Amino acid sequence: MIAESGHYALVLALALALIQSTVPMLGAHQRDVALMNVGRSAALAQLVFAGLSFIALITLHVTSDFSVANVFENSHSMKPLLYKITGVWGNHEGSMLLWVSILALFGAMVALFGNNLPLSLRARVLAVQAWVAAAFYLFILMTSNPFARLATPPIEGRDLNPVLQDIGLAVHPPMLYLGYVGFSISFSFAIAALIEGRIDAAWARWVRPWTLMAWIFLTLGIAMGSYWAYYELGWGGWWFWDPVENASLMPWLAGTALLHSALVMEKRNALKVWTILLSILTFSLSLLGTFLVRSGVITSVHAFASDPTRGVFILGILVLFIGGSLTLFAGRATALKQGGLFAPISREGALVLNNLLLTVSCATVLFGTLYPVIMEALDFKLSVGAPFYNLTFGPLFALLLLIVPFGPMLAWKRGDLVAAAQRLLAAGVASLVAIAIAWAWARGGSALAPLGIGLGIFVITGAIVDLVERSGVARVPFRTALHRTRGLPRSVWGTAFAHAGLGIALLGIVCETTWNSELISTLRPGDVRNLAGYEIKFDGMTQRQGPNFTEVVSTFIISEDGRQLSVMTPSKRSFATRGMSTTEAALMTRGVSQLYVSLGDTTADGGLAVRIYHKPLVLLIWFGPVLMAFGGLLSLSDRRLRVGAPRPARAARALQPAE
Amino acid sequence: MTRKQRRLTIIGGALFVLAVAAGLVLNALRDSIVFFSTPTMVAEKHIGPGKRFRLGGLVQPGSLKRGDDLAVTFEVADGGAKLPVAYKGILPDLFREGQGVVAEGALDAAGVFKADTVLAKHDETYMPKEVADTLKKQGHWKDDYGKPQAAKPGPVSMREGEKTAAGATQ
Repeated sequence: MIAESGHYALVLALALALIQSTVPMLGAHQRDVALMNVGRSAALAQLVFAGLSFIALITLHVTSDFSVANVFENSHSMKPLLYKITGVWGNHEGSMLLWVSILALFGAMVALFGNNLPLSLRARVLAVQAWVAAAFYLFILMTSNPFARLATPPIEGRDLNPVLQDIGLAVHPPMLYLGYVGFSISFSFAIAALIEGRIDAAWARWVRPWTLMAWIFLTLGIAMGSYWAYYELGWGGWWFWDPVENASLMPWLAGTALLHSALVMEKRNALKVWTILLSILTFSLSLLGTFLVRSGVITSVHAFASDPTRGVFILGILVLFIGGSLTLFAGRATALKQGGLFAPISREGALVLNNLLLTVSCATVLFGTLYPVIMEALDFKLSVGAPFYNLTFGPLFALLLLIVPFGPMLAWKRGDLVAAAQRLLAAGVASLVAIAIAWAWARGGSALAPLGIGLGIFVITGAIVDLVERSGVARVPFRTALHRTRGLPRSVWGTAFAHAGLGIALLGIVCETTWNSELISTLRPGDVRNLAGYEIKFDGMTQRQGPNFTEVVSTFIISEDGRQLSVMTPSKRSFATRGMSTTEAALMTRGVSQLYVSLGDTTADGGLAVRIYHKPLVLLIWFGPVLMAFGGLLSLSDRRLRVGAPRPARAARALQPAE
Repeated sequence: MTRKQRRLTIIGGALFVLAVAAGLVLNALRDSIVFFSTPTMVAEKHIGPGKRFRLGGLVQPGSLKRGDDLAVTFEVADGGAKLPVAYKGILPDLFREGQGVVAEGALDAAGVFKADTVLAKHDETYMPKEVADTLKKQGHWKDDYGKPQAAKPGPVSMREGEKTAAGATQ
């Protein structure tokens, strides 16, 4: 019953999406308020039904109803409750259902919080949102029904892939989808504006919070996925330039560019056409990511069985939306009025350069991801790995980081580069000192590493200098400075935190890749090894029974200068249902560095193959993105941007007494 | 500055950055792309020592030998030819004889493939896509490679976010 109800709710959601995609559009065209308002109620009802459908699937997984194919394939009655729930999106059908549920959620949020939008714009935005939703409901219902029943229900399920039975996977896909799908809002706004043929700074003011929200989720989602790969896969890598990772990085790069160009549009009413194009491209890249992940066209170290019908269907959606929106853009963009003028050396100019570098680096990632596909069509099999991205994406992004501190220092319209450089003198000196120290201290490793550290320090101190300049700490009395600091808009703090986060992540990346040390060895109980000043003693192995696995836990005693620091217990788990085993690495954190112990096979003569890494400053790699997301959150809470907040000017005017 | 000048500046800047990026890409394509080969293709193409490529095929049953301190040697076969592989490090969890494998590295002067990375998937039914394609093309594809998969009821679903390539890097 629950499965059928869930299926039916999904069909109803499709029906509502079809109504929402046509009626409000018609209403906006005929200026019929009643028809336009249909969009609002349809969007809310659509969320209710998509949500019901999603809850139905969760219920089926929790109650282990193995007569449903999806539950049978991905669940097991002995699985812990948490993984029964997260297993819902640990598979293709369920994750697509999560995708559309989040899409419905965003649609409903526009309906709820969009009261201050012009009626026709809101109607059109909701209609475009429903086009996307309808396409994906159709995709699920026609190619990947999560509620399909099995004719002969088995007694037990086949269990979820063990590597996915992890808390990281509980949070990573929903975060990533909130990001991916969140960009559908700016896409819908862009298409609505093109249809409307009118766009102004107010449009950017509405779009920016939505983009910012999606960007925050995507940032956290990518960071979380990277950390999960780091500790769960057992080989200590945190980014593999894998197509599926690139699929999430590309919308992030384009989305970051969009965030900055929308700023120019909001403040200076310039870059309108470009902002519209970026909105379209960002969501197109999200769709492309979905296609790459779901179709199996790309040989990836990620395992995705390919299903041609699904691939073709999503390719169809992709062509329809990207092709359609770009055609509309080509036809309508010239009609949009040009905005304010600015000199090349100005805040706008810096943001244009930011956009240029972000989109071009995004293009190199796109090229690297698609090149093997193109070559495979020509019968060449090859892979594009880290060396390619280090030589292309690396230099472009380094250049971008170099200009980051200059942006906030320049004035709008016409800036003074020399004055900005003077103000950044402290940051430059700090960075040179850091380079010198790194050079003197470093033993071995790339000559580029000290420069990377210098760049990271430059970005971080640049962000601090910006705050210091604005509060005037160095120039005015302390009390005034404190007052000014309190008065700084939250978005200024947000910018500083996000930019500093970039620098911090860079420091982590440079230190980890350059100075990580590694030891691979066969150990017998009682053996001792030394790595990076730590003494690692293998104490022995014990067997343990988990809920749906058995594990062999190895104990390592870590000491430094004869003092015991910690006991690390990496393990090998074997999952009987799938006949698979996973390696659970053990981590010891000291400051922001980590010691990482992962296990290999036991050899015939009783030895245990062990891989031990020391990863200096590795946690900064993820601390940086968290700081960026925090900066984004601060900006989002800024009064000026708060979703639905009345504009201060209007509020002030309302309070004036009548004359 | 007039609108026209501003536009020219922006377009010029954009073209410059694009040209730099194109240069970087072309440069990177020259030596950072890794081609995929099977032992038969290696024999046919006479790939020289030191040239990096990805070797794919099946681990020849009975060929896996473990040496001192995690050194292993095994042979990769594709039905037509065999190639000895030497690797030092921990093999992925599901590295098995008779199963598909992809190794990255280069040939040495003696014709042994020195691998620095060995990839295999966390699933006993796994066959790397590129290996399966090539074996099919060469007519060495045996139906029983895919049998465990076919024996299971229902469609084999895609699994979200599965970064399962248990890799082993030296």
